Amino acid sequence: MRAPSGRDIVAGDVLLAVENVSLAFGGVKAVTGVSFDIRKGEIRAIIGPNGAGKTSMLNVINGFYHPQRGRITFKGKPRAAMRPYEAALGGIARTFQNVALFKGMTALDNIMAGRTLKMRRGFFWQLLRLGPALAEEIEQRHRVEEIIDFLKIQHVRKIQVGKLPYGLQKRVELGRALAMEPDLLLLDEPMAGMNLEEKEDMSRFILDVNAHYGTTIALIEHDMGVVMDLSDRVLVLDHGVKIADGTPAEVQADQAVIDAYLGLSH
Amino acid sequence: MLGPILETLIGGLMTGVLYSLVALGFVLIFKASGVFNFAQGAMVLFAALSFARLSEFTPLVIAFALSVLIMIALAYAIEFLVLRHLVNQEGIILFMATLGIAYFLEGFGQTIWGSDIYKIGLGLPTNPIFILESVFPGGLLIDPAELIAAIICAAMVLVLAVFFQVTRVGRALRAVADDHQAAQSVGIPLNQIWLMVWAVSGLVALVAGMMWGAKLGVQFSLSLIALKALPVLILGGFTSIPGAIVGGLIIGAGEKLAEVLLAPVLIRTFDLAGGGIENWFAYVLALVFLLFRPQGLFGERIIERV
Repeated sequence: MRAPSGRDIVAGDVLLAVENVSLAFGGVKAVTGVSFDIRKGEIRAIIGPNGAGKTSMLNVINGFYHPQRGRITFKGKPRAAMRPYEAALGGIARTFQNVALFKGMTALDNIMAGRTLKMRRGFFWQLLRLGPALAEEIEQRHRVEEIIDFLKIQHVRKIQVGKLPYGLQKRVELGRALAMEPDLLLLDEPMAGMNLEEKEDMSRFILDVNAHYGTTIALIEHDMGVVMDLSDRVLVLDHGVKIADGTPAEVQADQAVIDAYLGLSH
Repeated sequence: MLGPILETLIGGLMTGVLYSLVALGFVLIFKASGVFNFAQGAMVLFAALSFARLSEFTPLVIAFALSVLIMIALAYAIEFLVLRHLVNQEGIILFMATLGIAYFLEGFGQTIWGSDIYKIGLGLPTNPIFILESVFPGGLLIDPAELIAAIICAAMVLVLAVFFQVTRVGRALRAVADDHQAAQSVGIPLNQIWLMVWAVSGLVALVAGMMWGAKLGVQFSLSLIALKALPVLILGGFTSIPGAIVGGLIIGAGEKLAEVLLAPVLIRTFDLAGGGIENWFAYVLALVFLLFRPQGLFGERIIERV
């Protein structure tokens, strides 16, 4: 068994390992002693009732929260408290539970913002808007247009995202995360508030992203049907504690999971 | 009749450029944090005080360089001690923070540098220039010190406008203003962006403070000049750099012309004293704009779906 280093992690290797992580806000325990891993190339679901600590877990992974205890290893490197900027630099992209787009900007500009870290030319060239900087802007535009085509949002490119219907906003947000060409894509309830048709579209996009770009995906979702169809492995949290971890079939049959979801009567 | 009006217009426009410069300081911070920086006026005062006192015992160039360093250090301190801890807070919280910074800076500046009225001698020429003598009898009078100040400010405004309108910086600023968390998640370094805009706003405050200070003397009332920037911003739009420029010019020229043209009419028609128009004209103009075009001339209209 070779030790995976940053560059040569192949499908199936552990991309991100969470070991014994605990996070509390004052006296409120959000996550307690949770361990799990995300493997390269898989679609990993995190489920659980409201307040189970799912979003807190994502926030820990992308550096918004710093756990008091535990260890996180990303691409074979254990990391100390990491800021969101560094997480983004390392290849972690995410979407948010309540769409967090740049409302005053067009769909195109929002997705272009996702290319921030891919732009390498200095301020001086940016200032002149000539030569390398202009060429770079054009090249970045190409990549962004590909993503726009992929997500089928050509018709809203120039529209301020604040004016778009919710389903399309979610799609633009996914586009912005994809523009970062992430190694690990975190999706916080990508289908919340969507109708059946929109959910099917979004499911297809997630599967396509995974298949085409080989992007590893971790997603939080409430719709059980969707979770069972999409994911390779499912982690179940309840009150900040891991209660099950396995394939969709295993998790579905797990008594602790059934109790957590249906409520246990004593 | 046309001669004096033109003279007033030119004088007004030159004052307007100074307004634009102060307003620009606000716009930069508003663009990057969505917050009206109440401390901008205090920064103008603090910068002017630093420069005035330093120039008493060092050459102007060195005093300027030191003042620049002081303003950058100030930006760093504000980012490190205050803003960094307020990521993701409501706009009103950030606004309250700037209010606190404003009063601290006003007092702190006087603690370090003293609270008298200080002179800034930039060595600008003082002999009035007359232009267009062949067209108007006696020509049009222009104060060369004001002209030079206006040119310096105009140059600075233009450089900053170009700098912040370019693709990446401009987009990053707007992104940060719209949503802190989302901006961080795509790898925009929030802290660096804030540090940059506060440092640049500090430099803008320094130049504005030097120009106003040379004109009026460095004193506490300098911090109130920033309030004139408020109608400028309402007119031009809080997020627009061209808006700050045009708004400043309109207010500057408008209030001077109102004083000259409107006052006689008021005196004749209503038998009023007719003074003080310059003091309220800008604000009334701003109120009218609020009623009919709240986003200003160039501001972006943000529509929230509810």
